[in-house]
Amino acid sequence: MNIPKSPTRRWLSACVAASVIASPASGLDTIIIDQGYDDPTRIAVVPFETLDSTDAGIAEIVSFDLARSGQFDPLPRENMLSFPARAEDVFFRDWRILGIEYVVIGRLRKQPNGDLSVAYHLLDVFNERELTTRRIVGARASELRDVAHSISDDVYEHITGIRGAFSTKLLYVLAKNAGTSYATYELKLADSDGARPRTLFESTEPLLSSSWAPDGKRVAYVSFESGRPAIIIQDIATGSRSRVAEYKGLNSAPVFSPDGNRLALVLSRDGNAEIYVKDLVSGELRRITRYPSAIDTEPTWTRDGTGLIFTSDRGGRPQIYRMDLTNSMVERLTFEGDYNARPRLLPDGENLVYVHRRGSTYHIAWQNLVRDDGVRVLTATPLDESPSIAPNGRMLIYATQVGGRGILAVVSIDGRVKYRLPSAEGDVREPAWSPYMDTFSPGT
Amino acid sequence: MRHFLAESGTLWGNRVMGFVVAVLAGCVLAGCASCAGQPEPVEVIEDAPPPEVEPPAPVEVKPRVDDEGVPYDEDTGRPLSRVVHFDFDLAVLRPADIRVLEQHAAFLSTARDRSIAVEGHCDERGTRDYNLALGERRANAVVEFLTTSGVRQSQIADVVSYGEEQPVDVGSNEEAWAKNRRAVIVYQ
Repeated sequence: MNIPKSPTRRWLSACVAASVIASPASGLDTIIIDQGYDDPTRIAVVPFETLDSTDAGIAEIVSFDLARSGQFDPLPRENMLSFPARAEDVFFRDWRILGIEYVVIGRLRKQPNGDLSVAYHLLDVFNERELTTRRIVGARASELRDVAHSISDDVYEHITGIRGAFSTKLLYVLAKNAGTSYATYELKLADSDGARPRTLFESTEPLLSSSWAPDGKRVAYVSFESGRPAIIIQDIATGSRSRVAEYKGLNSAPVFSPDGNRLALVLSRDGNAEIYVKDLVSGELRRITRYPSAIDTEPTWTRDGTGLIFTSDRGGRPQIYRMDLTNSMVERLTFEGDYNARPRLLPDGENLVYVHRRGSTYHIAWQNLVRDDGVRVLTATPLDESPSIAPNGRMLIYATQVGGRGILAVVSIDGRVKYRLPSAEGDVREPAWSPYMDTFSPGT
Repeated sequence: MRHFLAESGTLWGNRVMGFVVAVLAGCVLAGCASCAGQPEPVEVIEDAPPPEVEPPAPVEVKPRVDDEGVPYDEDTGRPLSRVVHFDFDLAVLRPADIRVLEQHAAFLSTARDRSIAVEGHCDERGTRDYNLALGERRANAVVEFLTTSGVRQSQIADVVSYGEEQPVDVGSNEEAWAKNRRAVIVYQ
């Protein structure tokens, strides 16, 4: 695979890093890093050695993954004094002079059948020792980016202690000419850096509310393709689609249970927007909320699958509530402001992220449900919505508008790292961050 | 998405065309005594079809309808507006829209063979799934008004909310938002 070189690579060492990387056309365009940590870890990802003298871009992809985490400041290739490919060729003194704390080196080989094999080492410069080494064999040539993201995950985890989420995917909706009679809506699947976008489904009618099954193999979304809303579950590998809900009235906000066997959804077939749970094995439909005068919507599951957290205006304004499915007890969770909606729970199960209106603007905010120590606003643009959390709980992706166009943006849960994924065309919205899906991970 | 064709186009274009229609129709039907002083609000005008056909004089008792089957407004002599608007985050009918809805109800109460679908829409602010439900609430407000005004439930062929997905104005400003918070009556 030919990786286009970015025309201007500028990895600034300051706290504000700006960088661009090219990605294929007709999808997300270039990531723009707006903000990172004040004192990022200095790392050098040396171009991988190959027999045909092109490094195929692995080092570049890994460097950019680490840079957009906001926790790393990768050394530009042109500042490197040497390009070692084997551990014995690394002179730690050379890297210490450059202030580099960690070095990644590696070799890429093409097998006679076209498959790739990659071996790499992560070295700790100050302690002059190897932190990890790994060999990946049998990767297809088309999987080069997957191999690179897997290396990023491994490096990230060995240095930070947190599992990397670079091998994840993003689901989103690309809307073109919305508000005209020639509008199109595409459900897109891309790498976590926006590369390799492909279209899972296209319609001239709106698509929204995309979400992932926990196995990462199926997605659910709302499609107006028939002129009315229906909930679709689509298998990513085969493309096969099934309509799981097409009742009279609303069919919206599908979310898979943590075990993947149930789907929480919103229907108005009994009169107004209420939350239901559909058993995907038996097909049984169970009504969860009963509040005829209120909108109950945007459910999300608690980590153990025994509860739902959702938006309701039963108190007059949209606020977030939690229902225990075992006894139907409901508890209100948000009290600050008059518009809190579309909740999502972090993997730790105790931090909640949602859309919060402050004045006349809508931001992504979070609060800790255990400490109950207030609401923290994470974003600064006025029309932020649809937060979706990375499986390691470090970052969340959301939809916003810049210059009148819908784009996706990412912010770390501590609010200190921010980057944008602008689109080359149209309006991008409704992001959903996938579960872990590193096919080259040593654990899988 | 029929209504896109009628509702898109520039505001200025609609205003000019609407005014021309209002003047022409008013002059023909009422004499020109009072028409010039009362230009119609933009919302009422959005759904006016091209003014190429003058309505023929009614000879039978049946209410007149335009090419799309939309009844005429007794007050203006033009097809009734099919769009009503809402305040931010509310699904309460405005007094200004009641007269138009009453005329739709009166027409449907005599034309029992006619049915409608009602679409609900929101502006872009707030979350998409909440807006889907809010749009349905707006459409239902229209349906409730019509059915309590004599329209049979069987004449309500469909109620569909598009939430914020189908704006008539994609701008991010108060004017665009006000236009987008609407319910639309679609004659079947």
